[in-house]
Amino acid sequence: MAQYLVSVWHDDQYEVDFSTPQAQRLSAQVGALNEELKKSGAWVFAAGLHPASSATVVRSLAGDVSMTDGPYAETKEQMGGFWIIEVPDFDTALEWAAKAAAACEGPVEVRPIQG
Amino acid sequence: MNDLLAEVFRREAGPCTATLVRVLGDIDLAEDAVAEAFAIAAARWPQTGVPPNPGGWITTTARNRAVDRLRRESTRDERHLAAHRLNTEDMEPDHNPELDRLDGLVDVVTDDQLRLMFLCAHPALGADAQVALILRLLAGLSTDRIAKAFVLPEATLAQRVVRAKRKLHDNHASYRIPRAGELPDRLQSVLTAIYLIYTEGHRNGTDLAARTAFLSAEAIRLGRTLVELMPDEPEAVGLLALMLLTEARQPSRIGADGKLVRLADQDRTLWDAALIKEGHALVRSCLRRNQPGPFQIQAAIAAVHADAPSPGATDWSQITALYDHLYALRPNAVVALNRAVAIAELRGPAAGLTALADIPEGALKEYQPYHATRADLLARSGHREEAITAYDRTIELTTTPPELDFLTRQRNALFSAD
Repeated sequence: MAQYLVSVWHDDQYEVDFSTPQAQRLSAQVGALNEELKKSGAWVFAAGLHPASSATVVRSLAGDVSMTDGPYAETKEQMGGFWIIEVPDFDTALEWAAKAAAACEGPVEVRPIQG
Repeated sequence: MNDLLAEVFRREAGPCTATLVRVLGDIDLAEDAVAEAFAIAAARWPQTGVPPNPGGWITTTARNRAVDRLRRESTRDERHLAAHRLNTEDMEPDHNPELDRLDGLVDVVTDDQLRLMFLCAHPALGADAQVALILRLLAGLSTDRIAKAFVLPEATLAQRVVRAKRKLHDNHASYRIPRAGELPDRLQSVLTAIYLIYTEGHRNGTDLAARTAFLSAEAIRLGRTLVELMPDEPEAVGLLALMLLTEARQPSRIGADGKLVRLADQDRTLWDAALIKEGHALVRSCLRRNQPGPFQIQAAIAAVHADAPSPGATDWSQITALYDHLYALRPNAVVALNRAVAIAELRGPAAGLTALADIPEGALKEYQPYHATRADLLARSGHREEAITAYDRTIELTTTPPELDFLTRQRNALFSAD
């Protein structure tokens, strides 16, 4: 069995307003997928993230800790959430990723976890 | 002996590597082991003669060398495990009579090759990487040779292969034949990669032709192997038919003066009758299954062209109908362009131009064949000024010398045609 990070990406312009029909729909779709993952045994963990503007970058250089406001990657595209799944192989991971992309209505990235 | 060894290598490197990948569970180990086995063969066969089943000999030798190496180097747990797995594999122990064992090996080899094809053409890899991996692992070509054919620095090509292998390894890509549900998509990826290798072989101008023609030969060989492995897949048969029928016309594609010859101007007596006959038989056999797909339809189109003893005898209504069918399956601008060419032949250049005008603006803006077609149709329908502008645009987008030469001649002819 191997573990994969399946991350969800979007423009960081988005503000989650859970009252919109779109957010309700996505939330229902993701909820259903989570149930399916749990039932199949592929579920390890999943989380949605607050917008990247809420992030803090922390550095430690020779004991000096510094912090900067905002996300590390200075790109428009930011990670909005992720799953950790455990499956027998790559193709199975890609099948789940396809379902995740459909549930989130956006692209997802699949990346193998070391070990 | 050297020729014989080269021939064995050409034929067996792919199948042997494929089996070793299964047995060793690692592409790099498999490649090294097969290379080592061929080195041993090169040293030994001149004295002992070639064994009756050279492929089996190479596979067994490579496997044994890999076991030795793993034992020697088994400092890491992973390698311990691999060596352990080998010792419990079905290929060992050796108490079966040698021949039975080799027969058994040959049986699994076919599936191994298919697995390796699906692994190399994994859709998570880019097309470039798929092609490089297939040529390296299945065709047994050196990175140096592949790099030369693609006019790339060897280091770039080698890096591409390493990266692709690493991605498959890190992602725990399985060495298996896709399940029925995923087969159509995965097979499409294999077929497209092989066809890309084929077209790459004939894409370049004459100065590169000698350097790249072997790619087309390799693609045909891979296509034949695929049909042997999946005789019930009509698209695999369609791909092979398409390559054979295209290949049959190659001798007439470049004239004695090194210039590109249009289909209509080609000397059809140079076409390879045997290839055409084989291609025709394949087209018939796959279409009979009544599961038409893009490669089968393209092969059928090539078959109609090959059928015509002269350009005037071409059955353009059938070709137009086939393009309609292809467009229904693959509604893209390139298919629409080819359809417009067929319509122009069937109903005249004006009808062709009308069909061209239906293609969404911008879809083919940078596509040289679109501008070449448009220039030709404009010239043929008497729009001289517009034709000259279209030829200028075409020439801007043309990179191969024979084609450049041909287009310049076409363009200049418009000035003298008063």
